[in-house]
Amino acid sequence: MNCASVIRRVSSYIDGDLEATIVEEIELHLKTCRDCTILVQQTRLTVRLYYDSDLVDYPVEVQARLHETLRRKICKDPN
Amino acid sequence: MALYCATLALHSIQPGLLAHLAKAPTLSTSNPHRLPSNVVREDEHLLVAAAKAGDAAAFEELVNRYEKKIFRLTMNITRNNEDAEDAMQDAFMKAYSHLDRFQEDSRFYTWLVRIAANEALMRLRKRRPNQFSLDEPIESEDDFIPQQIEDWGPSPEQRFAQTEMRDILRGVIEELPPDFRIVFLLRDVEGLSTQDTAEAVGISEAAVKSRLLRARLKLRQKLNTRFRQDGKR
Ligand SMILES: [Zn+2]
Repeated sequence: MNCASVIRRVSSYIDGDLEATIVEEIELHLKTCRDCTILVQQTRLTVRLYYDSDLVDYPVEVQARLHETLRRKICKDPN
Repeated sequence: MALYCATLALHSIQPGLLAHLAKAPTLSTSNPHRLPSNVVREDEHLLVAAAKAGDAAAFEELVNRYEKKIFRLTMNITRNNEDAEDAMQDAFMKAYSHLDRFQEDSRFYTWLVRIAANEALMRLRKRRPNQFSLDEPIESEDDFIPQQIEDWGPSPEQRFAQTEMRDILRGVIEELPPDFRIVFLLRDVEGLSTQDTAEAVGISEAAVKSRLLRARLKLRQKLNTRFRQDGKR
């Protein structure tokens, strides 16, 4: 397997979404390729940093308006 | 925060299940603190069952639990304050009206995310009709060329303060085209499965995988310029 083939599969590889024979081929390549090894590590880290991360502030006014809207809806129209 | 329709909630509350909610202090609406969320996550199905049975307090607890995440999602998809707020409000309203359609063998959060993603996407498409396509992405070889591979040092998480890291992550994801950003948000920020993401966005699972690969590679590349240890920090 060459670098391009590894890069094409890096996402499925870190998700554990590949057949065992393909995984073996990738790992054989990683043993001798520093760039692909770093790419795999950094892609994995990228995914970990973003998982459930605080990307957006939740303003209290937005929260208050949501609850006010829901209260009006639910009290008028209890399911 | 007062309970929604306090009388309704108190009449329908199930003994023992949400008793702590009845004891929660009533706060003024101008001071929207969350109710104490001491119901453990595993109790989600109990909350959903109570909400389905008409317990407004149980539904409010579900809202308290997920509103911040839902706003993160609608905001990240629409990139517009007004659209994000409307999408979030409509998502919770629809969830409430359609609770009877929710299949309890799946997670309530996943179901809610799908509703919210839909609301947000609708608004994004209205505002920017050509920015999000349902078509299978055309593969370009450029996407797979390993741009720069540089050493990030032992741990970027320790080199950057939490707020600084947050600004970096925010700035970088904003630069992603919507097609890629939305799939990445659902899969990697919200943690949805490939199948749930495909259904939420209305594209095939193959398209989800393809867009996710390219989103991850693009983000890694963009983070590289911030994290590389060549003195440019
Ligand atoms: Zn390689």
